[in-house]
Amino acid sequence: MLQKKSLAGPYLVWMVAFIIAPLLIVGYFALTDAAGNFTLDNLTTIGRYSTVFARSLILAAIATVICLVLAFPVGYFLSRLRASKQHIMQMLVMLPMWMNFLLRTYAWMSLLEKNGIINRVLGLIGLGPFDMINTSGAVVLGMVYNYLPYMILPLYTAMTKIDHSIIEAAQDLGAGMGKIVTRVLIPMSVPGIATGITMVFVPAVSTFIISRMLGGGSNLLIGDLIELQFLGNSYNYNLGSAMSLVLMVIVLLCMSFTTDFGEEGVEGVV
Amino acid sequence: MDNNVIVSLKNIVVDFDDQIILNGLSLDIHDKEFVTFLGPSGCGKTTTLRVIGGFVEPKSGNVFFNGQDIAGLPPYKRQVNTVFQKYALFPHLNVFENVAFGLRLKKTEEREVRRRVLEMLEVVGLKGFERRNIATLSGGQQQRVAIARGLVNQPKVLLLDEPLGALDLKLRKEMQLELKRLQREMDITFVYVTHDQEEALTMSDTVVVMKDGLIQQIGSPEDIYNEPENAFVAEFIGESNILDGLMLRDFCVEFAGNEFACVDKGFARNQLVQVVVRPEDIKVVSPIQGQLTGLVREVIFKGVHFEMHVEQGGFEWIIHSTQASQPGEVIGMCIGPDEIHIMARTED
Repeated sequence: MLQKKSLAGPYLVWMVAFIIAPLLIVGYFALTDAAGNFTLDNLTTIGRYSTVFARSLILAAIATVICLVLAFPVGYFLSRLRASKQHIMQMLVMLPMWMNFLLRTYAWMSLLEKNGIINRVLGLIGLGPFDMINTSGAVVLGMVYNYLPYMILPLYTAMTKIDHSIIEAAQDLGAGMGKIVTRVLIPMSVPGIATGITMVFVPAVSTFIISRMLGGGSNLLIGDLIELQFLGNSYNYNLGSAMSLVLMVIVLLCMSFTTDFGEEGVEGVV
Repeated sequence: MDNNVIVSLKNIVVDFDDQIILNGLSLDIHDKEFVTFLGPSGCGKTTTLRVIGGFVEPKSGNVFFNGQDIAGLPPYKRQVNTVFQKYALFPHLNVFENVAFGLRLKKTEEREVRRRVLEMLEVVGLKGFERRNIATLSGGQQQRVAIARGLVNQPKVLLLDEPLGALDLKLRKEMQLELKRLQREMDITFVYVTHDQEEALTMSDTVVVMKDGLIQQIGSPEDIYNEPENAFVAEFIGESNILDGLMLRDFCVEFAGNEFACVDKGFARNQLVQVVVRPEDIKVVSPIQGQLTGLVREVIFKGVHFEMHVEQGGFEWIIHSTQASQPGEVIGMCIGPDEIHIMARTED
């Protein structure tokens, strides 16, 4: 027994050095002021930024729902393909993820700009120009675009476990397409849905690149706020730590909500 | 007879990727009958079942249900239910909800759902299992749930696709009798698919022997066994000795270098025929008494009987006998007129 435990030793050291210690440090800064005295001011100050927190949660939630709606049929479609085709399609789903995240988001900037490609094309047929960049819609679009594969893959994995004969059995018992989706496909994909929600919502709620590049100044998210505390003008790492802590609690709450279902789904994620 | 036909298939053609699976199949299934499609894998028996269930759209031909053409009607609108080969139970629902699935889709009243599901679970011997998770059930129990799930909807026809394939021998025999009992009790039509000839003979009122997408013979188990229409049926339904013969005249046939009295007539004089003799129908006697004499090559103990391989005139006979001869022994063989079955010779 002891010998087996010792195998986990290296990771234990890693965990203490790079996970537990930093957490404690963040906790320490969050509960102290610049002079190092204990205070709850940082946490109470966050109330002032509640609109930013609310915006982050709402935009991330909208993006997650859109991802779910888009990914569900795709996941089903993929899971019904022949094994050889599944591999190719799986690659195509992941292909954008091989491109640098920053580059992908820059690309959207030039697409959505006032003089961007979309507006120019629309201009040719006499439409527009539309204000697309620097809106909350653009932020949601960026989130959906970047995190969609993280929703598709766990859904697809969960659905490959649904044997075709189970769908036929439902048809046989009188279920049309709608009932098959609500009575069989959705309940049987719950582990994948839970994993997908976690994997999209968590990065979306804490992103700062997407909102900065596509949202302009008016769509600040929690991530941007935290960044400002450490790298920006307002330089206040005590407040930044407190914000990180609150964000972490939000993420943990969200995850405790989904992991009840999600255990099975995680294993299949690439 | 014709007025109680419940399912009628007319000239059904099915092909997948240019490979013909069913080649103009026509068949009438009567109400309250236990019909079995029997044949080797790839003969089209499961496809025929799926055509009736609505899962396979025939390329041409008609499917009639109670006299109405139901081609193009999707499975969920057909009055048949299916028991699938791999059970296909819903893993996210418990036993009760699995069985209730069809009733709930029809918006049956909750009290009625309860009554019918519990009643059906009792019929299949799963009383008290309502709350159980599907994954905790044995193969036989899952099979019973699948059967209950179909029957609870009171279909006119229950389709069963090799439902006992995954069970062990003892359980399979038990379930065979159970299925026969259920069919009689529910008083509906069962259409059963199997490649196991013994299973087919045990349960069926009518056996449909299939090969290469074509029906070889339709008949009662006795007919199929005793009066096979061709060498394939004779070979597939139990072991048999099949020899070329010559029909000398009515009631007299020549094979294996000897003349035999038989009960068949109506063939042309000197018509080439095939003769089928079942292994258990050959009597072993002393060499002087026998119509044929042969040399015992091999003796295998099979439990109920001995299987002997006997060489005679270049043909290897299979004989089932309760008494063993010794390998190397010369024995006499007697075949009574009733034990000889004669078929027109087919090109094969």
